[in-house]
Amino acid sequence: MAKVTIKVNGKNQTRAVEDRMLLVDFLRDELRLTGTHVGCDTSQCGCCTVHVDGRAVKSCTMLAAQANGANVVTIEGLAKGKQLHPIQRAFSECHGLQCGFCTPGMIMATAGLLKDNPNPTDEQIYKGLEGNLCRCTGYINIVKAVKMSAKLLRGRKH
Amino acid sequence: MYSLSYVKPKSLKDAAAFLAKNPEAKLLSGGMTLIPTLKARLARPTHIVDIAGLKELRGVAAKGGKLVVGAGTRHHDVASSTVVRKAIPALAGLAAEIGDPQVRNRGTIGGSLANNDPAADYPAAVLGLAATVVTTQRSIAADDYFQGLFATALREGEVIVRVEFPLPKRAAYSKFHHPASGYAMAGVFVAQAANGARVAVTGAGPGVFRWKAAESALAKSFKPEALEGLALDSSNFNNDIHADREYRANLVRVMAKRAVAKLAGRK
Repeated sequence: MAKVTIKVNGKNQTRAVEDRMLLVDFLRDELRLTGTHVGCDTSQCGCCTVHVDGRAVKSCTMLAAQANGANVVTIEGLAKGKQLHPIQRAFSECHGLQCGFCTPGMIMATAGLLKDNPNPTDEQIYKGLEGNLCRCTGYINIVKAVKMSAKLLRGRKH
Repeated sequence: MYSLSYVKPKSLKDAAAFLAKNPEAKLLSGGMTLIPTLKARLARPTHIVDIAGLKELRGVAAKGGKLVVGAGTRHHDVASSTVVRKAIPALAGLAAEIGDPQVRNRGTIGGSLANNDPAADYPAAVLGLAATVVTTQRSIAADDYFQGLFATALREGEVIVRVEFPLPKRAAYSKFHHPASGYAMAGVFVAQAANGARVAVTGAGPGVFRWKAAESALAKSFKPEALEGLALDSSNFNNDIHADREYRANLVRVMAKRAVAKLAGRK
């Protein structure tokens, strides 16, 4: 067993877990943060995307033990109370989802993309979301939502 | 995933000592290949030894005509490094095309080279630039390091510490992505240095290799046209549902020409 302390959405969480436990299982099963989804479980779909020390990663492809001491942000960590994060607002307003299963991962990947590139072109959005799949193929509105997110976030900074 | 023990050594020395005592232990860096392999139960190490955070494997620096990249450097950090972009822009560009953003945020150059996937990108740059792989035991020239499908010159317990790239005059990488996985269906790294041109091909064969006929042709005339009609032995190329041998051979030719064309007009 590994004793891990991971800061998740601002709060330190200490658990004794199996060495082989995946970060996504730590989040979902130990902390009951079920907003982070498991889509493919083979590192392809990106539904399990969370931020570890400020970078977007696939939490199905990382052990909880590897995240020991790290700062993790999940989809649950974005909104402030009832106030949606600008990216969540944009996905809602642009209807950047159909079934919604991929949405938490899309939003966390978008947050990662916009951190590196606050004003991406369409091409850069396609590349930036390459690690995320929408099986409903609702990409048109997802791209719209990313653009609106970028606009909202840029507005917020200035 | 089978049950295993996770170990995080404090230094490279501790890691090497642990490996020496535990022959069935495996090194873990970014984990972008190892974790999926473990999940699929294709490997059953007793321990995984996490060396990702070790200071000795960190750092990117350009000095004495070389670019030195620590083995633990993540793809994103190579892609966005101002030092790499200035010293060897083609290497930064190659790193930016590996996998997807989430993979680039975790995967490392040392991990990619130790794994030596036949469709990985870094082997093309390391071989194309005639880099040196520096390990805990010795320095290995790229020409000796890569030994075919997932095979390298690394011995049991030997750990890659850094990669030293001599600075080329100019270099470019062209890759045809597999549309789903992002791996190279064919990727060609072309470098021109004082002692001639090197052309390294990944994705097409059972491991990265130099296309020597192209190197000779480019030494005479550094133009895309110089590659027209050159011999390319594709008898051992990968032949699978994604592409047959002939198609891959054609991709190699096209990617090589594109890489050379990228350099046209550049000094």
